[in-house]
Amino acid sequence: MSSATPRQGRLSTVAAAMVIARRDFLAILFARSFISFLLAPVMMVGVTLLAGSIGHHGNAGDASSNVGIAMRGADVDAMLAARGALAPRMGDALPELVVVKRLAAGEAFDPRAALKSQQVVLAAVLTGSPAAPILTGPVARIAAWQGPISMVAARALGRGPTAYPDVTLARTVTSAADTSEGRTVTAEAAQTLMFLLTMLLAGMVLSNLVEEKGNKIIEILAAAIPMDAVFLGKLFAMLAISLVGISVWALAGGLIAVSIGGAMPSLPAPAVGWGLFFVLGVVYFSMAYLVLGSIFLAIGSMAATVRDVQTLSMPVTMSQVLVFFFASYALAHPGGIAETVAMWFPLTSPFTMLAHAATSPALLPHAVALAWQVLCVAILVRAGATLFRRRVMHSGPASVGGKRRWFRRAKA
Amino acid sequence: MDLNLEDWRLAGNDGQHRGRPLAIEARGLVKRFEGFTAVGGVDLIVPEGAIYGILGPNGAGKTTTLRMLLGIIDPDEGTRRVLGADRPHDVAHAIGYLPEERGLYPAMKTYEAIAFMGALRGLPLAEGRKRGKVLLEEHGLGYAIDRQIRQLSKGMAQQVQLLGTLVHRPRLVVFDEPFSGLDAINQGRLELMMRAQAAAGTTVIFSTHVIAHAERLCDEVAIIAGGRVPFAGPVDVARDRIPAQVRLETRAGDGLWRAALPADAGHAAKASGANLWTFALPGTGVEPLLRALIDGDAGITSLSIERAGLHDAFVAIAGEAAARALADGTSEEQR
Repeated sequence: MSSATPRQGRLSTVAAAMVIARRDFLAILFARSFISFLLAPVMMVGVTLLAGSIGHHGNAGDASSNVGIAMRGADVDAMLAARGALAPRMGDALPELVVVKRLAAGEAFDPRAALKSQQVVLAAVLTGSPAAPILTGPVARIAAWQGPISMVAARALGRGPTAYPDVTLARTVTSAADTSEGRTVTAEAAQTLMFLLTMLLAGMVLSNLVEEKGNKIIEILAAAIPMDAVFLGKLFAMLAISLVGISVWALAGGLIAVSIGGAMPSLPAPAVGWGLFFVLGVVYFSMAYLVLGSIFLAIGSMAATVRDVQTLSMPVTMSQVLVFFFASYALAHPGGIAETVAMWFPLTSPFTMLAHAATSPALLPHAVALAWQVLCVAILVRAGATLFRRRVMHSGPASVGGKRRWFRRAKA
Repeated sequence: MDLNLEDWRLAGNDGQHRGRPLAIEARGLVKRFEGFTAVGGVDLIVPEGAIYGILGPNGAGKTTTLRMLLGIIDPDEGTRRVLGADRPHDVAHAIGYLPEERGLYPAMKTYEAIAFMGALRGLPLAEGRKRGKVLLEEHGLGYAIDRQIRQLSKGMAQQVQLLGTLVHRPRLVVFDEPFSGLDAINQGRLELMMRAQAAAGTTVIFSTHVIAHAERLCDEVAIIAGGRVPFAGPVDVARDRIPAQVRLETRAGDGLWRAALPADAGHAAKASGANLWTFALPGTGVEPLLRALIDGDAGITSLSIERAGLHDAFVAIAGEAAARALADGTSEEQR
């Protein structure tokens, strides 16, 4: 082999990272396990639907708005007729009336016993007469139904209006209160979606260096390129894999939405508009992934075995939940110190800023936040790589690929 | 025992060694891990184009030294210049490295693995693939071009990694214990390859605890023991640090000539009546000794003078403890 001067030159950190990213991306993309990865959300949706179905069956016998009625026969008929007349105007405000018993004259009835009965599940029991109705039940229920029952009783007695003027509805797109509340809903939905995606995807980074350590390749990488580039390349690869996954899932979700035709719930438009909000969503997801991933990668790099990584998974997941809770709390308390802290704290910043995009049209804060997040990623990657070099790349074969300790003593 | 490295430097002529530019110049490298000093002040001067051996028993600090030279870890103290650069990664494209523990991605095809290793050193992937296929053909592995690494034997995988180390045509190649795990035939092939690299102007550095390889291959060696370098220099100089051994057989058992033999000369009386003497060649040389033996009628029946081998020099320099570790052949894992 000739040793002529090589044509190639020194790789920049980003170029070196791309060499790693390309290898990792293709290795994962063409692995059989990638199919399982793509199917994971389908299984999640399946489990959710199954749980929903079970819940639905459980609720089939729910009588949360059933009020049992036990009065004299004529009174029962009058009350039922009155409810039927008022129902088209009052809708859900009226409880359902279920006949428990038509009482004979002078017959006694114990409403408390009826409420405890397992035969007919009732939320409350109406006794007495239309002139003097008695509503028995938990205080929260009967307080809410006091007014509607009173109106039904009045109608049963032949009192009150018999004709109702039609109210013409003049629709507006929204009101100020509506807009603010609706955008908060959009912000919450976006935060939740981003949280679910990061929780589903960022954890994969934990085990990312175990392969290299297990295969003893890490030393070849470390000798050829800076460890920062190794870390960055692995993050880029995992981010790209995540985006591929999200694209596939979004496509599948879109097809399902089209197939069920307009039955999907719609959300109020975010303050920055749907187009920019979508772009910011992708960017902030990427930043959240990179920030979380750089920390997880550093933690995972200290693990010597897959078992160690599995042990780490639980605390890592819990930490993600805490991050989400803090971001949600900040959203619920706009303008407060919590929101300011959440905007600057690297882990919550992407979540908080995405919510901010839903509720505020200002764009400058996003430019500042993104610059800050990029800086945080750079710092975290550098710190993780330095930690890895100091704590893991000690010496001797055992320290690189060994299985004895995370932080092992060097042997020269 | 410590050798003054200034003997091997041209004073005031930085970056050169006996008129040759330096591939590596390391001074006072120190590395500590959690209070344990793995390397306690290593100096190395490696001229370009040399085959340079780093010898030492297991656990002596060879791997740590190589890792510092390659920038895998940074020294706590000392300086290093590799191919003229203070930061080894700045010249990574001109360096090839084969670590002691071999490793490749099992799912990669052989030529892809070679190309990937080249890409890490800045070689474009397409060029790396092309060279990878050629190298595999040249080294008798053409039939394995499309095989995955996991389908290869351990020895074949090691060969593939070796080719990946060289695919970008480095100016400096560093091998850490390159002969471990290879059979005798492949050890011979590797020696040939190392010689070919050096003949083409590439600097070859390798660490080993098998002295025979260093003795056959190296222009110069550094002996590392206990994290220090008690000797660095040409192999001949290392050998010369141990006096030649004289084996003398005489008919006479005593006489005036005995004064010419060292006082600590070993003596054994043979069954034939002859006397066998073994001793280090006196500093005055062989001629005065011969003259005294002849003039004193010692009755020489045989005389041999054996120059010390590198192994003897290593044992003497690195110390008895290092020699025991070497003889044990205990691996670092076991230790």
